[in-house]
Amino acid sequence: MSLVEEYVDVVVVGAGHAGCEAALASARLGMKTAIFTVSVDSIALMPCNPNIGGSSKGHLVREVDALGGEMGKNIDKTFIQSKMLNRSKGPAVHSLRAQADKADYTRSMRQVLEQTENLMIKQLEVTDLLVEDGRIVGVKTYSGSIFHCKAVVLCAGTYSKARCIYGDVSMQTGPNGLAAANHLTDSMRALGIELRRFKTGTPARIAGPSIDYSKMEEQKGDERVVPFSFTTDPESVQKEQVSCWLTYTNETTHEIIRKNIDRSPLFSGRIEGTGPRYCPSIEDKVVKFADKTRHQVFIEPEGIHTNEMYISGMSSSLPEDVQIAMYRSVPGLEHARIVKNAYAIEYDCIDARQLKLSLEFKEIGGLFSAGQFNGSSGYEEAAAQGLIAGINAARLIQGKDPLILDRSEAYIGVLIDDLVTKENTEPYRMMTSRAEYRLLLRQDNADLRLTEKGYEIGLIDEERYQRLLKKKEQIAQEIERVEHTFIGDHEDVQEFLQKHESTRLKSSISLGELVRRPELSYDLLSEIDRSRPDLPEDVCNQVNISIKYKGYLDRQMKQVEQFKKLEKKRIPETIDYNQISGLRIEAQQKLSKYRPASIGQASRIAGVSPADISVLLIHLK
Amino acid sequence: MQEDTIAAISTAMGGSGIGIVRISGPEALTVGDRVFFSPGGKKRLIDQKSHTIHYGYIRDEGQTVDEVLVSLMLAPRSFTAEDTVEINCHGGVYATRRVLETVLKNGARPASPGEFTKRAFLNGRIDLAQAESVIDVIQAKNEYALRSSVSQLKGSLSRKVNQLREQILYETAFIESALDDPEHYSLDGYPERLRTRTEELLNEMESLIASADNGRMIREGIQTVILGKPNAGKSSLLNVLAGEDRAIVTDIAGTTRDTLEETITLGGITLNVVDTAGIRSTEDRIEQIGVEKAKDKAEAADLILYIADSSRTMDENDEKILALLDGKNTIVLLNKSDLPSVITKEDVREYTKNRFPVIEVSAKKETGFDEFERLLKEMFYHGEISFNDEVIITGARQKAELVSAASSLRKVLESISMGLPEDFFTIDLMDAYSALGRVIGKEVGEDLVNEIFSRFCMGK
Repeated sequence: MSLVEEYVDVVVVGAGHAGCEAALASARLGMKTAIFTVSVDSIALMPCNPNIGGSSKGHLVREVDALGGEMGKNIDKTFIQSKMLNRSKGPAVHSLRAQADKADYTRSMRQVLEQTENLMIKQLEVTDLLVEDGRIVGVKTYSGSIFHCKAVVLCAGTYSKARCIYGDVSMQTGPNGLAAANHLTDSMRALGIELRRFKTGTPARIAGPSIDYSKMEEQKGDERVVPFSFTTDPESVQKEQVSCWLTYTNETTHEIIRKNIDRSPLFSGRIEGTGPRYCPSIEDKVVKFADKTRHQVFIEPEGIHTNEMYISGMSSSLPEDVQIAMYRSVPGLEHARIVKNAYAIEYDCIDARQLKLSLEFKEIGGLFSAGQFNGSSGYEEAAAQGLIAGINAARLIQGKDPLILDRSEAYIGVLIDDLVTKENTEPYRMMTSRAEYRLLLRQDNADLRLTEKGYEIGLIDEERYQRLLKKKEQIAQEIERVEHTFIGDHEDVQEFLQKHESTRLKSSISLGELVRRPELSYDLLSEIDRSRPDLPEDVCNQVNISIKYKGYLDRQMKQVEQFKKLEKKRIPETIDYNQISGLRIEAQQKLSKYRPASIGQASRIAGVSPADISVLLIHLK
Repeated sequence: MQEDTIAAISTAMGGSGIGIVRISGPEALTVGDRVFFSPGGKKRLIDQKSHTIHYGYIRDEGQTVDEVLVSLMLAPRSFTAEDTVEINCHGGVYATRRVLETVLKNGARPASPGEFTKRAFLNGRIDLAQAESVIDVIQAKNEYALRSSVSQLKGSLSRKVNQLREQILYETAFIESALDDPEHYSLDGYPERLRTRTEELLNEMESLIASADNGRMIREGIQTVILGKPNAGKSSLLNVLAGEDRAIVTDIAGTTRDTLEETITLGGITLNVVDTAGIRSTEDRIEQIGVEKAKDKAEAADLILYIADSSRTMDENDEKILALLDGKNTIVLLNKSDLPSVITKEDVREYTKNRFPVIEVSAKKETGFDEFERLLKEMFYHGEISFNDEVIITGARQKAELVSAASSLRKVLESISMGLPEDFFTIDLMDAYSALGRVIGKEVGEDLVNEIFSRFCMGK
């Protein structure tokens, strides 16, 4: 038997949302890249909810796009409904969310992969990591073939030793009935990598024709759709959209669940993995929030070419018969025919504190890890990590410094810092409240924050970069003009103010001051702003936000300056914490184990006190 | 490197009567000018030369706080190598603390424990050989600050602060849940509700600050701990000192199971006296806890009063106590001089290896206390005992945090009035939450995320 051997630069294990971004980034940066999947039909699969974006996740998609990733472009091509959430709230929490046609999404991403130079797709299970002298040198597949490489990005998602469970039914499969990957984590364990077991779940899919929508509230998309990608022409996404539907559980539903709770594998202890608190199963909700008489249920289409509907809000691992009774107790679902049962899934993943901020393993050079395999949840969180890991795998080979975004630069920075620094006992989900500087990290300015970096890395082309520079200049100039244009108490101005229930002017005032009045905006003021240049909508939006919320924005920028000081104080990798007298023992242990990159990161490790940080600072002097 | 301006009391608060408030950092002179007024009213510190001294007053909102001498040391010729203003206060402990508070109100941040020393080191004023001692200072002061922020704080205050925090966290989590899951939680009409809640919280916070103004927030004085084996007469002694029946006195060993505290002024010196359970090996769970507490208290004490019983011989319990006295300022009171004595003053001296002064007293007959008072004064004015400056600084720091929390809540009200969107409220709410946390030595950590998940039903 002759052994198949190949040589590539980067191997990506898994072709979900993390894997796709990692492989595309790596290949686009000139690395010969091989992406492995258990099934090419599962490329960029959305095995759970049929949407991309949402609160804080929409931010991540925008950031991925601003850096040159693919997710935003792909959802713009394949969405079937789109909504900007929190429009009535502040700009920092506006969040874009789109319903995807799942099949289209998968097909479209697969095409992009296929058409990318330097990228080969392999339907093979990777079973072993080949490591020599603390460096990754290749992978071995189930078929016995060997791929020699310089870097590996693990994006194994929820497939590792996956087990799908409902009631007494337990299948050794990955999501959506796909084959699990049963060998990889054994090989990792043998390399000394610490693994753990997490759990998540998904609701049933129900056949559309069996649903009575007249008993539900229709949820339409926005009239004017905003694209995710900064490169998508807004006109190209104005199209007919499909609706989602809202209904509610009731006491009958809850009674059915309560009566059968002992048959849930979650409560009987048959599931050991730690599930997420933010994505509770319906049985969890009923038990934990016993005083609630109803819970929301959103009925969301899985696509245009299927009539399967996703029953959002009712994920479960109850037995099949209970599922049927439970779903059918919900108004509109009385005659529901279940296509796919709800299930809980348990899988192996790593404790991401074994990773550096670059997503490379601290102990194994060239081995990176991204996505749900790092203990996160969600397509968007996965894509964001995949992009960074792919970029950094390429940069490692090119001998360049890794791309590390900090907490003041991007949600991606918050996400990765949280994952590799803090103890996470459940799948980690992005939330806007996790971002300390969220007023600065808006989805509307992701390009202004990150596209320059994307250009320097090599994922953003010259044309897009020049457009960005022009936009930046237009914004700066217009802010300057508005802050320094003074208007007096002319009659038309006073009339305008009166019309908008705004105090009349006693003396001349800058336009900027007027923008800052709560009842006015940059847009409204165009009426009395004679010298206003003709500017694109996104520029106007930035001008308005920058001027209107100046006080708060300045405050956060000041905090960021303080934050940056500690982040910039690097800790040498060779430091021996046990030699530092004055550190408390707990701090010595934690610091030795997790080896933070900077004083800032050290200060976020639980068990390291401000006094320990002072001691560290003195020693680093 | 560090760019903010810090202040603290830089002398140990002993009997000297002079306390120095030190301000260090780029804004030191500006802050100084905001609080310092020369007799003519015209002099500005910022126009003065380095290493000069100026006479005048510290005023807080027009009210004179103290008559002072202010010395200026400009960067890099100061201890921290930063611009430094030192205010020499003459009005004793209380005035010094008020001066510090005034300075903190006017733009300086309370220095962290050991921060001046740390800055001095980081700015190259102290050489590497001294680094170890710097670390010791920081760790020691931090530990003390931590201990005092919890134990020094009156129970009612920390309870109140905890309640305020809980309420703030709840409101914040509600807003955040609605932002995270807008189709589930609605914020319609919420700003008005929050306005009412915030006004209530602010009122409570302001009465807390007012009580802090009255100096009732923390216990100040020489932390004094009474140690002795069971039934040596510790409680009786405390009663004599306090002049009232505070501790329960019986002749059954082990009556005082917890620690009792009393503030006593003796010869003009304030002692914060803690009576402890008698130290002995015991099987009784509750009493064991008392003994453990006593040991903790002894460790934190500025002065230990060791009560020896002249009517009984020294035993293993005395041995245990002796071990706690290492490196501590101690006065041995040989009690029960009214009873036939089994051991003498000389026996005790020998037993304690002549390390501590020994005075014969009788708690029952109230004799020997004049000598005790004389000795105490002597030790205090010679600077042998003083109370740790961290107590006062911690108090000032805690008050500054309360003030900052209140100001954050005022910003919330302002944002509501201005009709700002709800996500702006949580920024200031969380600022208030973390400031309150610093009052009681708690960090924010994952509190918000945990609160969101435990209180509100999230997600699909």
